[in-house]
Amino acid sequence: MVRAHGTERVVLDDRDVARALTRIAHEILERNRGSDGLLLLGIPRRGVPLARRIAERIAAVEGVDIPTGSLDVTMYRDDLRLRPARSLEHTELPPTGVDDAIVVLVDDVLFSGRTVRSALDALHDLGRPRAVRLAVLVDRGHRELPVRADFVGKNLPTSLVEQVRVSVAEYDGADAVCITDAEPTDVAGQPTGGDEAARVGGLR
Amino acid sequence: MIRHLLSAADLDHPQALRVLDTAAELLALADRPIKKLPTLRGRTVVNLFFEDSTRTRISFEAAAKRLSADVITFSAKGSSVSKGESLKDTALTLQALGADAVIVRHQSSGAPHRLATSGWVDGSVINAGDGTHEHPTQALLDAFTLRRHLAGGTGDLDGCRVTIVGDVLHSRVARSNALLLSTLGAEVTLVAPPTLLPVGVQTWPVATSYDLDGSLPKSDAVMMLRVQRERGAAGGFFPSPREYSRRYGIDARRMALLPEHAIVMHPGPMNRGVEITAEVADHPRSVIVEQVANGVAVRMAVLYLLLSGSEGGQDR
Repeated sequence: MVRAHGTERVVLDDRDVARALTRIAHEILERNRGSDGLLLLGIPRRGVPLARRIAERIAAVEGVDIPTGSLDVTMYRDDLRLRPARSLEHTELPPTGVDDAIVVLVDDVLFSGRTVRSALDALHDLGRPRAVRLAVLVDRGHRELPVRADFVGKNLPTSLVEQVRVSVAEYDGADAVCITDAEPTDVAGQPTGGDEAARVGGLR
Repeated sequence: MIRHLLSAADLDHPQALRVLDTAAELLALADRPIKKLPTLRGRTVVNLFFEDSTRTRISFEAAAKRLSADVITFSAKGSSVSKGESLKDTALTLQALGADAVIVRHQSSGAPHRLATSGWVDGSVINAGDGTHEHPTQALLDAFTLRRHLAGGTGDLDGCRVTIVGDVLHSRVARSNALLLSTLGAEVTLVAPPTLLPVGVQTWPVATSYDLDGSLPKSDAVMMLRVQRERGAAGGFFPSPREYSRRYGIDARRMALLPEHAIVMHPGPMNRGVEITAEVADHPRSVIVEQVANGVAVRMAVLYLLLSGSEGGQDR
């Protein structure tokens, strides 16, 4: 489950993650004054199961189904020319689309803010939501763009050489948030988002 | 990894799957209100067509435009090629324009290879059909279409039985398909009159047969090839078009020999009444129009994977 290098410490275990998601679910409901018009869009990969779980918690409180989906931002990234071509992830919207919805973007880690910027562009091509909010499990700081999250599971002050890794049961076997002190040769400290380890190289 | 796409054999199994998986995600774009992605903004893609083409040229053009690339289309007719300009001088002109990709169709086999290896252009070269040699993006879109119908839209084509029928000798589509489909695990059978099978076909990763009726019941898909009159296929390779269509054309009777789930494909343009009857061409199990639609998604995938990344960059 864990690709350890350097020393790794667990910051949030599975129960901490569960509590954070429950709190985010309640905050979304409070802020939105109910579940009307909510659409939770996860950013692949790990934002997608997190969005689904927050939606389940909202549904449990409100007794109505909350539509969820996934939003792939790969084609909108600003660093495509700097690295090998990335594999695309799946974009899936409910049949009602995003028009006039209160879209809550869900991601695992908020870092430079560049992924969120890409997501806003991607969303813009899909329709016109009434409002867009941002929920993240971990905010590790070091923003490079004027982006902030509306709902944060855990603020995690980090240094740029550290790596934050979010594991989710759906992909990694268990829920956890870990911090790794990267080895000096590692390319950590280049903010790109939380789930970069899952990427694959390009055709060239 | 690869920088040019000259032959279907340039793609190994994981790379071929990667193109198909990318195309599958891009196919959804056609249903969206805004059919455009910003990915190749500021890149220049040149369509260099020395030979007539309808669907391949339009398909590449649509693919590049949906990725926001600037597209320059160049056809030999109405250009300086008709004044005798060579491939080299044309290529140097494109290089001066700063082409990031050159999509080339040429009547001579090997022209894209020459373009890619000569140092005349820096950009990626994509073969859009060269002589009787190869047409790799057609094979990719055929594989994509086969996968959607026979393999549930994911994975490879392991065990799918594909029969390619007709003018194999002059067909770049047949060669590229034979290479790519066998890379993906399909069993390919070529059916053609002996005169229309190329020399050396025994070295291809395929089976061959002269008997269409015997092959059809064992096919999950049958791909009909056009009789290429412009390459002299009508002259001396078979007694008459009628005789050809009786032995190697597909009609309603032959369609009935196929298994229930089998599909009929054709790379186009069709000679209705020669290799395929109108009845079969317009049959619900004919996927010929879908092949064209899939072509755009597959070519977007190829352009994205060849052009968007950089060699030096580290994935992090």
